[in-house]
Amino acid sequence: MTQPVLEIDNLSVQFNLKRGVLRAIDQISFEIGKGETFGLVGESGSGKSVTARAIMRLIPSPPGEIATGTVRFQGRDLYQMPDKEIREIRGQNIAMVFQEPMNALNPVFTVGSQIGDALRTNMGMSKQEARERTIEMLQLVGIPSPNDRVDNYVHEFSGGMRQRVMLAMALSCDPTFLIADEPTTALDVTIQAVILELITSMIERFDMSLLFITHNLGVVAHACDKIGVMYASHIVEVGTKEEIFANPQHPYTVGLLRSIPRLDVQSKFLTPIDGTVCNMMEPPPGCKFNPRCSHAMDICRERIPEFKELSPGHFAACHLHDQPTV
Amino acid sequence: MSEYLLEVKNLVKYFTLNGDFVSRVAGKTQTVKAVDGIDFYIRPGETLGLVGESGCGKSTTGRLITRLIEPTDGEIKLHGEDLLAFPPKRMRETRKNVQLVFQDPYASLNPRKTIMDILSRPLEVHNLATTWYEKRERVLELLNLVGMGSEHIDRYPHEFSGGQRQRIAIARSLTVNPELLIGDEPVSALDVSIQAQILNLLRELQEKFSLTYLFIAHDLAVIRHISDRVAVMYVGKIVETGPVTTIFNDPQHPYTKALLAAVPEADPKKPPPRLILKGEIATPIDPPPGCRLQGRCPIATSICGEVEPKLETVDTDHQVACHHL
Repeated sequence: MTQPVLEIDNLSVQFNLKRGVLRAIDQISFEIGKGETFGLVGESGSGKSVTARAIMRLIPSPPGEIATGTVRFQGRDLYQMPDKEIREIRGQNIAMVFQEPMNALNPVFTVGSQIGDALRTNMGMSKQEARERTIEMLQLVGIPSPNDRVDNYVHEFSGGMRQRVMLAMALSCDPTFLIADEPTTALDVTIQAVILELITSMIERFDMSLLFITHNLGVVAHACDKIGVMYASHIVEVGTKEEIFANPQHPYTVGLLRSIPRLDVQSKFLTPIDGTVCNMMEPPPGCKFNPRCSHAMDICRERIPEFKELSPGHFAACHLHDQPTV
Repeated sequence: MSEYLLEVKNLVKYFTLNGDFVSRVAGKTQTVKAVDGIDFYIRPGETLGLVGESGCGKSTTGRLITRLIEPTDGEIKLHGEDLLAFPPKRMRETRKNVQLVFQDPYASLNPRKTIMDILSRPLEVHNLATTWYEKRERVLELLNLVGMGSEHIDRYPHEFSGGQRQRIAIARSLTVNPELLIGDEPVSALDVSIQAQILNLLRELQEKFSLTYLFIAHDLAVIRHISDRVAVMYVGKIVETGPVTTIFNDPQHPYTKALLAAVPEADPKKPPPRLILKGEIATPIDPPPGCRLQGRCPIATSICGEVEPKLETVDTDHQVACHHL
C-alpha cells in the first residue's frame, strides 16, 4: 500500500464568534490516494467548503482555529510548515477551483496576466514564457482561439468558459492535487456535462488526485471513485461510490438517496428526511442526525457514534452498527 | 367555457437593449427576444412543467402570465377570456386566481414584517377578511396547511430556515384561494432533503384544493417528478411539449435528447452524462433566422438555417418543432 497523498486525521475547525463557538468540522478523518478521486457530498452548511479551506490552510484566524487533528500532504504536516513552504505547496502542488469563477478571478486584469502572474511567481518563468504557457493551457482546456482570448477580461467569457479559465489557471503549475469546490453548481446542465468531462480528462492526463466537493449526488456518482458524506460537521460515511449508492450504511445517506427525485421512475410522493438541519451553534447532544433519524435510540442522544470500518474501505458513524452483526 | 384553464397563443416578449435616444438615432439598438412566439395550454388540475436552461425565457413566461410585465404580442386566455383585455380593476380581481411562488425565499419575504403581517396583507388587499380575529384565524389555518405550527405566527422571516420560508411563501400564495399557481424555480434554492419535503407539500396542496400548476424549473428530475405534461424551452421557443412519460422516455427533439443525456443520474450504474450539443447556449439577442439550435445541433441541415421549424403535432398532446423528424 502506497502512502496516501492527503491524510486528514481527526481534524476539527472551529470559529470563535461573539455568539459562541461554532464547530464547522468536527473530528473528521479521511485519506486520498494517488490518482484517486474523492467526492465530498453534503447539504449547505455541513462543512464541505471549510474542509477544503482547511486543507489549503486558508481558514482565517481569528476567528477560525484548528482545534484538533492534522492535515498531512505527501507525508508532511501542513500546519507545522513555515508560511513560505505552504505558499509553495498552494501554488505548485495543490490547486483549487471554485464555484463562482466571476468572484474567484480578478475583473480588472486580463486572464492572461492573472494566469501569467501565477506562473511567474510559482515557476519563476519569464514574461514571455508565462504567456506562451498560458496560451497552451487555454488551448488545453478547450478555449477557442486562445491567442486572442488570452488578452480578454473575465466578463468577456461565458459561465462555462470562465470555469475553463479557472481550470487552466489551476492546472498551469502542474499540481498533483486538485480541489474542486462545487465547480459545476452555477452552470447549466449541458455545460456542466462539458466541464465534468474536462475535469475527468485532466485528472487522467496529469495523473492528479481530486477532492471534489458538491451537493449533487448525480455528479459524484460519475466523477468520483470514493465518496464521503458529510452531515452537520461530521463525516458520517465513506466508501467506494458503488458501495455508497448500492449499500449505504448510515441513515442519513439512505435518506439522502431516497429524497432525490429520479429520472427513470415517477413516483407520486418522495421520501424526504423529516425536520431540518440542526442549529450548528447549539447542536444536539450525541449523534447530530438523531433528531431527524427514524432509527434513533437512547444512545444516539447521548454519545457521538464512533467512525468505524464496517467492511474493507467502507466506514460509517452510526450506533446501529454497534451491535455485533449476527 | 374553454376546456383549458390557461391558454397561451403566440406569446412574445422583446426587450430592447441600448434603448436610449442616441442609440436609437444611430440605429444601434438590439432586441432580446426573450420569449418569441410560444403556445401552450394547461388543463384544470394538471401540472405543466416548463423546463430549460438559464436565459431560455421560462421566468419571463411566468411573469407575462401574471401580467407583471406586458407582452409585446400574443394572447393569454384564462378560462377562455382574454386576460390582456381586462381593465385594471378586473385584472386586480383576477390576480386572486393566479399566484406566484418565487425561487429565493430569502428575497421574497419582507424582512421587517412578521409572518402574520405577510400572510394577512393579501387578505386585506382583496377584502377577504376584515377583523383582526378573522385574519388571525385564517393565517393560523394557512400555517397549519403548509405544516407549520401556530407558534411561528409572530416571528420574522430571518428566524426561519430556507425550507420554512418557502412554506411561508407558499402559504402566502394560497391566502386568496388561487386556481393557478405559478412556481418559478420554487425548490432550486433548497437542499435535497428539504426539496423533497416541499415537493410533497405542493402535491398534497394540489390534491386538496384541485390546484393547477405551472412549474418552472431547470432541474429535469424535479420536472419529471411533479409534472403531468412538460414543455421544453430553448432560447425563447418551445421546442417540444408532451406528456411527461413521452418526453422522458421517447424524446423527439434533438435538444430534449441532449438535455436528458447531459443529466448525471445519482446512480453509478447509469451511463455517465453525455454531450450531444456543440458549443454554448445561443443568445436571444438578435438571433439568426431559422432554428435556434442550428449551430449546435448534430443533425442540422441547410433548411435549419433558413426556415424556422413550427411546433407540429406528432401524437396526442405531443408536439415537436424540428425539421428532421
